Amino acid sequence: MFGRLTWDSLVFSGAIENPSASEFVASGAGSVVVLGGIALFILLAVMKWWRPLWTDWLTSVDHKKVGIMYIVLAIVMFLRAVIEAAVMRSQQLAAYDGAGYLSADHFGQLFTTHGTIMIFFVAMPFITGLMNYVMPLQIGARDVSFPRLNAISLMLTVAGAILVMISLVVGKFSTGGWTAYPPYTGIEFSPGEGVDYWIWAVTLGSIGSTLTGINFAVTIYKKRCPGMNLFRMPMFTWTTLCTSILMIFAMAPLTAASLMLALDRYADFHFFTNGDGGNMMNFANLFWLFGHPEVYILVLPAFGVWSEVVSTFSGKRIYGYTSLVCATMCIAVFSFCVWLHHFFTMGQSAGVNAAFGIATMLIGIPTGVKIYDWMLTMYRGRIRFTVPMLFHINFLFMFVLGGSTGILLANPTIDFQVHNSLFLVAHFHNVIIPGVLFGMFAAVQFWFPKAFGFRLHEGLGRKAFWFLAPGFVLAFFPLYWIGMMGATRRTATWADPAYHIWFAIAMLGAAMILAGTALLIAQVVVSVKRRKELAVPLGDPWDGRSLEWSIPAPAPSWNFAVVPTVFSQDAFDAAKCNGTAYQAPAKYEDIHVPRNSAIAPLIGLFACASAFGLIWHIWWLAIIGFVMVWAVVIVSSFNLDTEETIPADVVRAQNEAFLEAVRNAPGVTRDDETSSANQGKAVPERHENRFAQNMKGNMTEATT
Amino acid sequence: MKLYQRLHPGVNLGPTDPESHEEAEEKIFGFWIFLMSDLVLFSVLFATYAAMSIQGVAQGPSPKDIFDLSPVFLETMVLLASSFTFGLAILELKYRKNQRRLALWLTLTGLLGALFVGLELNDYRILLAEHGAAPQTSGFLSAYYLLTGTHALHVSVAIIWLIVLAVQLATLGPVGPVKLRLMRLALFWHMLDIIWIGIFTFVYLYGVVL
Ligand code: HEM
Ligand SMILES: [Cu+2]
Repeated sequence: MFGRLTWDSLVFSGAIENPSASEFVASGAGSVVVLGGIALFILLAVMKWWRPLWTDWLTSVDHKKVGIMYIVLAIVMFLRAVIEAAVMRSQQLAAYDGAGYLSADHFGQLFTTHGTIMIFFVAMPFITGLMNYVMPLQIGARDVSFPRLNAISLMLTVAGAILVMISLVVGKFSTGGWTAYPPYTGIEFSPGEGVDYWIWAVTLGSIGSTLTGINFAVTIYKKRCPGMNLFRMPMFTWTTLCTSILMIFAMAPLTAASLMLALDRYADFHFFTNGDGGNMMNFANLFWLFGHPEVYILVLPAFGVWSEVVSTFSGKRIYGYTSLVCATMCIAVFSFCVWLHHFFTMGQSAGVNAAFGIATMLIGIPTGVKIYDWMLTMYRGRIRFTVPMLFHINFLFMFVLGGSTGILLANPTIDFQVHNSLFLVAHFHNVIIPGVLFGMFAAVQFWFPKAFGFRLHEGLGRKAFWFLAPGFVLAFFPLYWIGMMGATRRTATWADPAYHIWFAIAMLGAAMILAGTALLIAQVVVSVKRRKELAVPLGDPWDGRSLEWSIPAPAPSWNFAVVPTVFSQDAFDAAKCNGTAYQAPAKYEDIHVPRNSAIAPLIGLFACASAFGLIWHIWWLAIIGFVMVWAVVIVSSFNLDTEETIPADVVRAQNEAFLEAVRNAPGVTRDDETSSANQGKAVPERHENRFAQNMKGNMTEATT
Repeated sequence: MKLYQRLHPGVNLGPTDPESHEEAEEKIFGFWIFLMSDLVLFSVLFATYAAMSIQGVAQGPSPKDIFDLSPVFLETMVLLASSFTFGLAILELKYRKNQRRLALWLTLTGLLGALFVGLELNDYRILLAEHGAAPQTSGFLSAYYLLTGTHALHVSVAIIWLIVLAVQLATLGPVGPVKLRLMRLALFWHMLDIIWIGIFTFVYLYGVVL
């Protein structure tokens, strides 16, 4: 009836049967999940939030709400994974002169869940949520091409995340690392449910991402507003397009690899086993055929964010737009040609290694182009050191360092020395934290007012920055050092006392990152409390340049009262400059929006149940869940009435009120943009005009 | 040229309806992209098979020992015929609009598809019974069953989908959305045909010859 599931599978039984520090930590984590779940349940009931949660959010297919839900998921999962990181650090510190307080097995679960969560359930949902929120607004669209599919992608990702959370309470997670290399993750060496949790969580997430990629690519190709040709798209939209294409091509190998691993484990197939013709190198190939493009799936949207941030807060057009576009595309293509650098040491010939080493180094070229473009955007700009801009400047320095160590690793001879050491861990955290994670933090600071109608508290944001940025340096730069001294990754205890001081510094850094994270949370809480004085209902607090800033904040459900027409890059900025912004349209029309639907949450629920059944060999649950997923799809396909209409009058009333408010508002200059005078009407910077002579090229295009 | 003036090939939804054409174009384009990602999945399986069929034979039989071309040729013919009848169904939908004939062609397509799956299952039965060639026998056979099995699974799903659409044609009538779905299913069906040609060539012909 319940397959492999017994009372002993509950995490708490471990602490009762053989009490140890390691077990108590595990039970503690399990309790947090259970108590947190109960507390959330009660809170929702007491505040009577169940109904709005369901009708306004879970069943919504509005791309903006879907985007916000993605980001909420990412933040919740980030809290778990960052705490795990700190626990790992403290274990490594405690392992000086002893074994520390965690068992090796528990440590293995920690780095596996930390890595898996950070990649699949923090970084992926974060970029997907952001692309969801911002991209349709930037191209002047009413929605994405397939709104219901969009909600389904979200709910599949949520289902995967729920599985990882359940694994804290019921059973164990894999100890095979986020890459889950067989044969270690095969049934022989890893019996039990751990690897199965990894397989199904990742599979659900990767199906969701494939669908997202398809959806966004179609949206960008087909739903741009009149006049928005490809080379007028904002940079963030460009990076979204390239990311979507990467998702379409890169997720399939991961799905294939994880399903083959499942067949090996469940049905005794021989894809990756030691004997009987299995070939574990094929797993490495398939996994990294996904895994390498994956890092660009994560970083390209962040590059897009940096481009928007630097041009907005320098009050200038982005420098070298065309070269940035070309560089983005080059990176997207190259990213499929380098996967082998992840296993230089696993036995292929020197010639192959050399080819992939060179290919890897080549990616440094387009990335370098981007760095120069960002720097030159700041050159002679009117730079405002707002929180996103601080993160951006930090990013420029740190990413160059992280990139350089990547070029080092791309050299197979060097890689032979430091692979699987903490040097590698330092390298990828060095690119992924200042690049992607801080990129997403900057994006939240930047677009939060658009999503919720008020700015985030500037002072607390700065404080958070001054913990996060130096905290990161302390947490990871020591690892370069001890990595070169020979400290291996994924190791719970160590023998060389010389490492101690470096681990101590790294612990300090991790603590600072935790503190910075707490400050970010405080920032949101304080901002919500003071949302009156931080309100920017007029929608353009930063003197923005692209279309999303031309509408009220928060954006209405139909985005644009009338679909805009654009005549240049940086369309909204151009409109502000030549006085055509905020014009009342001649005519309003009824707007059709997709109706809310329970399809997506139901599919997510059944998919989660089915996966849980598979993990625990509860076959009836697995089958019923699977059948129900498709039943929902089929039954709902008989309903053709999926849209509702917002009458033109409603749209008119709201939009006229907005335009009226804009007309009456005084407007703020850039000097006052972080003060409460900022209501979201910008007095545009005329900086570019002063340099009109030098920048003729720019100007002629901007005004035509 | 306006978007709606560039009519997409296949079913015309109606001669003078730019709005639904624009909508249709978006959906069909999206489906093409989905097919691309599905093709990536199959490419990965082909690549796996390519490696495994040579290096993964282990103690089990090799391709040459177990493949028999005549039933596979029959399967190929059946699948090609089903693609043909699907084409006729789409032409019917587009030009003649005769519901009965349409139903007939669709039924025939579904039956041919089912026959294909049946023949393939029979192949599996022969492999298991006469050669003891199970997916658990060797890496090569794992890859073989996965590649052909994924294809067979796709065909089976397409058959279910066909049935659902047939019911929708009967209950909802040949309305725009249903026609569009039929068109997408047709694309899917033809793609499976193309993949099968790949399987026929790389798995069976090469397998017997090399
Ligand atoms: C924010 C602060 C973070 C800290 C303090 C931290 C710390 C750690 C530690 C201690 C490890 C284990 C190193 C070892 O193998 O011995 C680790 C591994 C890893 N981290 Fe982080 N991390 C952080 C953020 C991130 C982020 C943002 C990502 C990705 C988006 C990430 C992805 C990974 C991955 C993929 C691994 C490898 C897991 C494995 O070995 O399978 N980390 N991290
Ligand atoms: Cu790589």
